Amino acid sequence: MESEAPTMENNPKISAYYQTRLAHFGVVSTEWLAQAQSATNPLLSSSTDSDTDKDTNFSVIDEFNRWRSHPDLAEAVAAIRALAAVISSSKASTMMQLEIELKNASDTLKAWDTTSISLTAASDLFMRYVTRTSALEFEDFNSAKSRLIERADKFGEISYKARKIIAMLSQDFIFDGCTILVHGFSRVVFEVLKLAAHNKKRFRVFCTEGRPDRTGLRLSHELAKLDVPVKLVIDSAVAYTMDEVDMVIVGADGVVESGGIINMMGTYQIALVAKSMNKPVYVAAESYKFARHYPLDQKDLVPAIRPVDFGVPIPLKVDVECSARDYTPPQYLTLLFTDLGVLTPSVVSDELIQLYL
Amino acid sequence: MDARRAPRAVIDPIVRKVGFFTPPDPIPFEFSPSANSLSPVMIPPPRHSSENHDINSRPSVTSPSGDETIAVSGSCNSILSELFPAPMLPAQSPKIGNGDGGGIVASSFPRGGFDLTVVKASGGVPVCKLTTVSVVNADSFAIDEREKPNKGGGSTMEGKDQAMNSKQKKDKSSKAERRALQEAQRAAKAAAKAEGNKASGTATSVNVKSAKAVKAPQKVDNTSVGASEKKGGDRPSEKDRKKDVPHPRMQYDDKSRVEKAKRRAVVNQTEARNRVELFRHLPQYEHGSQLPDLEAKFFQLDPVHPSVYKVGLQYLSGDISGGNARCIAMLQAFQDAIRDYTVPSEKTLVRDLTAKISSYVSFLIECRPLSISMGNAIRFLKSQIAKLPLTLSESESKSSLQSDIENFIYEKIILADKAIVEHAVTKIRDGDVLLTYGSSSAVEMILLHAYELGKQFRVVVVDSRPRLRGKLLLRRLVEKGLSCTYTHINAVSYIMQEVTRVFLGASSVLSNGTVYSGVGTACVAMVAHSFHVPVIVCCEAFKFHERVQLDSICSNELGDPDAISKVSGREDVNDLDAWANTENLQLLNLIYDATPSDYVSMIVTDYGMIPPTSVPVVVRKYSREQVWI
Repeated sequence: MESEAPTMENNPKISAYYQTRLAHFGVVSTEWLAQAQSATNPLLSSSTDSDTDKDTNFSVIDEFNRWRSHPDLAEAVAAIRALAAVISSSKASTMMQLEIELKNASDTLKAWDTTSISLTAASDLFMRYVTRTSALEFEDFNSAKSRLIERADKFGEISYKARKIIAMLSQDFIFDGCTILVHGFSRVVFEVLKLAAHNKKRFRVFCTEGRPDRTGLRLSHELAKLDVPVKLVIDSAVAYTMDEVDMVIVGADGVVESGGIINMMGTYQIALVAKSMNKPVYVAAESYKFARHYPLDQKDLVPAIRPVDFGVPIPLKVDVECSARDYTPPQYLTLLFTDLGVLTPSVVSDELIQLYL
Repeated sequence: MDARRAPRAVIDPIVRKVGFFTPPDPIPFEFSPSANSLSPVMIPPPRHSSENHDINSRPSVTSPSGDETIAVSGSCNSILSELFPAPMLPAQSPKIGNGDGGGIVASSFPRGGFDLTVVKASGGVPVCKLTTVSVVNADSFAIDEREKPNKGGGSTMEGKDQAMNSKQKKDKSSKAERRALQEAQRAAKAAAKAEGNKASGTATSVNVKSAKAVKAPQKVDNTSVGASEKKGGDRPSEKDRKKDVPHPRMQYDDKSRVEKAKRRAVVNQTEARNRVELFRHLPQYEHGSQLPDLEAKFFQLDPVHPSVYKVGLQYLSGDISGGNARCIAMLQAFQDAIRDYTVPSEKTLVRDLTAKISSYVSFLIECRPLSISMGNAIRFLKSQIAKLPLTLSESESKSSLQSDIENFIYEKIILADKAIVEHAVTKIRDGDVLLTYGSSSAVEMILLHAYELGKQFRVVVVDSRPRLRGKLLLRRLVEKGLSCTYTHINAVSYIMQEVTRVFLGASSVLSNGTVYSGVGTACVAMVAHSFHVPVIVCCEAFKFHERVQLDSICSNELGDPDAISKVSGREDVNDLDAWANTENLQLLNLIYDATPSDYVSMIVTDYGMIPPTSVPVVVRKYSREQVWI
């Protein structure tokens, strides 16, 4: 669309994270996808340029992309696996060198998409987790390295299995006859619902459309396959249907230090409505999403742009709010389902302090 | 807690009137109308002859001659109005005797007079002018006995008076006195058995006890008043020194403790007049009266090191204020004191130095109550002293302690401030309007640093009487070139509409996330919260405390009430000049208040930015770190 093209070029680059999600789950127009791909191409070439500096053929971005192509894998887990691969294929001979290599790889990954919180958080956590081991006390570098690889793999495993753990923990909260409201398509939430359906619980789901991704459509499709009664509601109808809803379950792109979450645009709205009607809001998030940000308001986030397709051309003079995500403060959240357990929002900071300080 | 402390709490709440109230209906006594009648608190005050002494040094206000002690209540000491059956107290009437007040009251006073003369005779101006209260107790006790037959209305109170007096009496007696008492009792019992026909055996024994007790404590007290030089007084003074430091949050409405503290006091504080009932548990003294006194004593006071003395004076006069400044000044004074310290023979450095530090601390408390950060610093110092290995020589220990203090100041205050500034400037964006209240050193550093980084913002400085500390901050900011707005706290709800962020400093942050800071902070935070403006509190981690406080009343500091009644530069505003003489007027000058954690969005510490709910985690980590140091 010509009218959209100029606006696209003026905008900063589209958040690659959302492109991925789109590619996996969204219903998009082909034109948009073509433009998105053209926008991302320079990105890929730049990343390969940086990798040619390395002696080896190994490129962390390639590895990352390889893992990421798996639709089921969270981006952060892909990053973790990629970083683990960095260790195993590293040609360093001392611990310091290895750590420097890891740091470089992690920075590259973070630079690949600066807007993705879980990517940054996961990389940081991985670094802390791995380099904090007592393995570093070993004299023998090789055994230390194998120990590191072991831990890295373990971390990858944990992160991969995180979804299963979360699904198990949240089963107690879904009771027979309940109505759950979900927003967009979160793989973790889907895992939760899948397990509940598998356990023969009787519940129904209200699924918001999730504009502009319209990922809700995909979720409703998946849920229908599981024979779960699904009702699609448009984003504006959330308050209208909130009366019938028993609980809200959302995923998170990142969990911030205050205990709030950063998630797809619309989550804050839903949380506000739910709070005013006294409905609990549960967040299903893996622990590697805990990030050391502390936003004070909506504008305090790193902006993540995602274009909105209105279906009709928009005049140039009209500005469009393109932010892809919002921040939900902790007072609107009831509980967090994480692989560390079922936590209250204030625990997030405790965990972060213990880990980082 | 003192095991001998009487369980007064059981009795008090029944009758204590808390809050602001008007005095009850006038009682037909011919006492001076200007006498203070603050407290219809029904606790019969132990008569305090020391107050007599103080008051005698001033011109007595009114009242019939011979009733010097009534005059006491007419002058500056509100405690006295409690101590003595003040004229306006109806509750005291049964004690005094209806319609017979003059007589019986007067009857108590000759004894008081006797005490006075005794006290005067005992020596010129002892360091501690206050005598023990047991003397006074004996008096009231004796009166109680006489009053027994006329239990009129308020018999509960009287019973309580009696019980309390007896208990207080026991509290105040030192070992020697109690031994004397025991002897007297045994003798009395023997005598009673012999006589066998008294009205009530207990009354007898009590009477005898009181009689004997009066004499014995008097003797002992005189010696103790004489600055513990005589042998008889040695035991009480030694005991006092053992329990050297009063509990830092001593409740000042507990008479026994107040008196004990006064006995040890170096600074001669006089109780303020017209104290607010609700805050009676906090110390309030007349300001401005001690400074010349202390200055005169500078060269006489051996126990207190000159640097510590100097710092104490600076606190008293208000030259040093602000949490960090006070803490650093105190620690540096302690550094000097440690440097000049030598261990006396036959004493271990650890114990003696700890005792010495404790005595300095109690001196500083008398000048001005400790802030929480100072308390933490003192605890750190004492733990460092306690951890000194015994193998170190004296000079090594001293230098190690000095370097510990140096490190503490550097790491916990200076470096911490740098870390706080780094974290907090990330929260300032271009176009922000930042509001700050009062004058916090951390916030000032943040604003200046952000300005140096080139961020475009403007500052609103909110200030409040009586201290008007915001003016100093304003001056420093304007000098550096920041664009500032200045307003008073009554306009905060007006100005808050324009504000995007609020930065506040804190004297301390408590375990439940409550921010304990200068009075007015809670107001600003609440207004900001209602306008959905994020409130950022900047506080170093060493100021965190594991205590929990739910309101601003249970622990606070009372400032000088005269500061409220006077407006500097406006001599024509003098309506309140005679406030002390007005019975139903009390001025309250609070120094601190507590902001609940709901109104605080974020706390910036040297550990990073944390939500208020994570304060206990930091406290835990912090105390663990201390152990490792």
